[in-house]
Amino acid sequence: MGHEFRDYSKDSCPSVKNILLLDSEGKRVAVKYFSDDWPTHAAKLAFEKSVFTKTLKTNARTEAEITMFDGYLVVYKFIHDLHFFVTAGDDENELILASVLQGFYDAVTLLLRNDVEKRTALENLDLILLCIDEIADGGIILETDANVIAGKVATNAVDGAVPFSEQTISQALATAREHLARSLLK
Amino acid sequence: MAQPLVKKDDDRDDEADYSPFLGIEKGAVLQEARVFNDPQLDARRCSQVITKLLYLLNQGETFTKVEATEVFFAVTKLFQSKDTGLRRMVYLMIKELSPSADEVIIVTSSLMKDMNSKTDMYRANAIRVLCRITDGTLLTQIERYLKQAIVDKNPVVASAALVSGIHLLQTNPEIVKRWSNEVQEAMQSRAALVQFHALALLHQIRQNDRLAVSKLVTSLTRGSVRSPLAQCLLIRYTSQVIRESSTNSQTGERPFFDYLESCLRHKAEMVIFEAARAITELSGVTSRELTPAITVLQLFLSSSKPVLRFAAVRTLNKVAMTHPLAVTNCNIDMESLISDQNRSIATLAITTLLKTGNESSVDRLMKQITNFMADIADEFKIVVVDAIRSLCLKFPLKYRSLMNFLSNILREEGGFEYKKAIVDSIVTLIRDIPDAKESGLFHLCEFIEDCEFTYLSSQILHFLGNEGPKTSDPSKYIRYIYNRVILENATVRASAVSTLAKFGAMVDSLKPRIFVLLRRCLFDTDDEVRDRATLYLKVLGGEVTVGETETDANDFLFGSFDVPLVNLETSLRNYEASEEPFDINSVPKEIKSQPLAEKKAPGKKPTTGLGAPSNGPVSAVDAYERLLSSIPEFAGFGALFKSSAPVELTEAETEYAVNVVKHIYDGHVVFQYNCTNTIPEQLLENVTVFVDASEAEEFAEVASKPLRSLPYDTPGQTFVAFEKPEGGPATGKFSNILKFIVKEVDTSTGEAEDEGVEDEYQLEDLEIVPGDYMRKVPVANFKNAWESMGPENEQVDEYALGVRESLAEAVSAVINILGMQPCEGTEVVPSNSRSHTCLLSGVYIGNVKVLARLSFGISGPKEVAMKLVVRSEDPDVTARIHQIVIES
Repeated sequence: MGHEFRDYSKDSCPSVKNILLLDSEGKRVAVKYFSDDWPTHAAKLAFEKSVFTKTLKTNARTEAEITMFDGYLVVYKFIHDLHFFVTAGDDENELILASVLQGFYDAVTLLLRNDVEKRTALENLDLILLCIDEIADGGIILETDANVIAGKVATNAVDGAVPFSEQTISQALATAREHLARSLLK
Repeated sequence: MAQPLVKKDDDRDDEADYSPFLGIEKGAVLQEARVFNDPQLDARRCSQVITKLLYLLNQGETFTKVEATEVFFAVTKLFQSKDTGLRRMVYLMIKELSPSADEVIIVTSSLMKDMNSKTDMYRANAIRVLCRITDGTLLTQIERYLKQAIVDKNPVVASAALVSGIHLLQTNPEIVKRWSNEVQEAMQSRAALVQFHALALLHQIRQNDRLAVSKLVTSLTRGSVRSPLAQCLLIRYTSQVIRESSTNSQTGERPFFDYLESCLRHKAEMVIFEAARAITELSGVTSRELTPAITVLQLFLSSSKPVLRFAAVRTLNKVAMTHPLAVTNCNIDMESLISDQNRSIATLAITTLLKTGNESSVDRLMKQITNFMADIADEFKIVVVDAIRSLCLKFPLKYRSLMNFLSNILREEGGFEYKKAIVDSIVTLIRDIPDAKESGLFHLCEFIEDCEFTYLSSQILHFLGNEGPKTSDPSKYIRYIYNRVILENATVRASAVSTLAKFGAMVDSLKPRIFVLLRRCLFDTDDEVRDRATLYLKVLGGEVTVGETETDANDFLFGSFDVPLVNLETSLRNYEASEEPFDINSVPKEIKSQPLAEKKAPGKKPTTGLGAPSNGPVSAVDAYERLLSSIPEFAGFGALFKSSAPVELTEAETEYAVNVVKHIYDGHVVFQYNCTNTIPEQLLENVTVFVDASEAEEFAEVASKPLRSLPYDTPGQTFVAFEKPEGGPATGKFSNILKFIVKEVDTSTGEAEDEGVEDEYQLEDLEIVPGDYMRKVPVANFKNAWESMGPENEQVDEYALGVRESLAEAVSAVINILGMQPCEGTEVVPSNSRSHTCLLSGVYIGNVKVLARLSFGISGPKEVAMKLVVRSEDPDVTARIHQIVIES
């Protein structure tokens, strides 16, 4: 009971097998597995290593990239020293996967207030873990809209604070520019 | 490893290694967790400690049972705090700890209280946590709340309940099925995701009721689904309904096709793609149905988003396997993808082009691929090599440029698997395309001059020994082989010595020179090399006699080894040195359990990279031949003519899985039943198949070979052999019953009981059909072969095939019945064509070459007519091919 996983076949719900956030050396920042395909810790690490090395040389910084190996589809996107991955079985709809990745990536951007890098991610690990928890439940996609995901996570963090859902992407980008300007002036 | 591509502000570099969790240690964190017991809870501090615990779990740290229990009890104390942030972390922690049943009871009341809280976030999360950790008994208590939650006006709460329902349906279907009404109400929700989750659950509840699913699809496809995800789901269910229903025979319309087509115009890309993919996967999809789907996929090919390009090219790649002509329109877009940054996309584009390309485009394509090969990873290269091999078998006339390509890439850098794929491809081409033999062997010789892989060198030397002596000028290979003796390691030297000996044995004119070379090997530093050289010199030189004739000696030296190596190894290990010499005849020839037909592991399929075509047949036949000749009962049947692909005799997921391979000999057939016992609690013994051949009058059972024991999940074989009239065309139907003695097995000890019970199990029938007497053998150039065969034994006739679904369907049906090899890609019928010519070649039992030219024509009401011209080496066989068509 509890943590048993099921693989949902093609005739049923779109689902993901894992969501990974690794650093620029392939080490874990936060990971969540929804499948028994990797039963041991060693198997999980081996998968992460192989995903990391297979995607390392690609440029996934502007658009999300995709690859397929060992019967899995992996979509991924990098920013600074963080590597975002979403994995599914090879018969999943690639674009659904991409929307999950986009939701994850954008929600983390919102939650970390544009300071998307390993250090900030670790400092706010609670938010990252809650974020993953709001994206999928047992592999079934719960939500892909970044504003909604970040909103659900952030209302928990600070009672009565401005919920994230009200901070739109454009506002977030404005903050980012400001942030950049300040670091240039220093 | 390459340097990670990290761009960082310079002033950050010195702190790069900083982590808030630096030096974190499990013991210390567990100590810190004591703050959970403080009477005055510090919510912030508690949240931090939980985050640390979650960090440890996330890094793969494990808690002992005692530690986990302690943490769990401490965490339950935190329900006292009113802090929502902390509560959220508590939920997460409980899920991660996956508490045992008696621990669950502790938190049940707190979670039930939260399920009825006014705070939406509490309700949603408490439901998810409780449903994740609960078992069936608790479910009845909370069922009422869950039903309420499904129709909760807050979408997050409703989704939480619905998704939990999807999980719970697997373990407690009878309870979840009672929620149907509420789920249906949730379907009407205005929230997109609620509709998606409700649809998923509703379908799962009804999935075994085909009528209900069909009704659901009928009502929803009229359009009330808003969320793109729900729309994708609906497309999947619709394809399922289409699969299970039949096409309207009068109008030829497929039900719901209009709906799928309308989804191609949806505003969300994921829906468009899902619909396009669903259309391409329809069984027996027509080219008219394919066209709109191919059009949208073609647009995706030039998208700026890699994911979109990948999805489109992957789908088109699959379509190209069955409908290559439908994809040719995309060839220009596809060619520009060869230089795509994303190598997965480039590889898929290349392999698609190789499948859709025609004979005239091969050369141009090869040029592009040559540029592309340099910068892709080995695993992609292997996919390309496999595609090239298939292409070469399809267009044997083009073997020159394809063989050149293979030899070029063989000379370049690459790992073992890649090189092995190339060598295997060249070997296949040499075997199947006689014209390619000399150049292929030459390329392999060049390769071993500078090959770092001992395994490949040995394999090539062995192959060279078999094929080289049969060429027009065997002497030119000697230099390459002897170079190995001088330059290589002991293993390769030993192989080279054997190869030299084979040349000496088979080509008399070379014998004296080979002897000179072999004598030099007598001074080798390695025992094995010297021993081999000595043996060959003595036997071939006639100093030692083996058997009576020279053939006996050759058989002794180079014949196939008829004892399984595993058995020989066991026997040798058991042999105790004594006066009595080791007798090879004492080694059992029976193969214990050889999983010839590998069972697919349920759930996870072994996919090879990017859908590489498997290359089984050649090696499978060899393996069968070896297996059968090792069984004394069948040894007198002569040469094996053909082995069929395995035919399943049981449904998937039954107690015993059985499939059969039909082995055809000139005067016999052998049925090889591959059996797998899928029940861990059973051991089967003395397994036989009782075959009733009353509907196969010309067949008489002559021998059978029972399987002594069939343990759980270890496949084994039992055989039954029949005598039949020489050659063709005896056909018939056989009914099969699996008989065995079943013994109970204690799964904890693995021991079986002594006493067993006889039992039997009905299998499906199997048939010997005319196609079983035909082997698919391609010819390099059909026209030449046709002309050299001459019209002596030609027979022409015309046949009406009646109303068929399409021209393509009629063509493939006739090919299947005859069991012959389509040549020059003529099995593919261009869409919309009214007539088609198909060229077939094959070898009929008795080793009679057969060629057939089939001309098809289709009339308005789908009436198909066929003109069949057959040429063969034997007039009886020609007539028999016509007879096959008449009778079917």
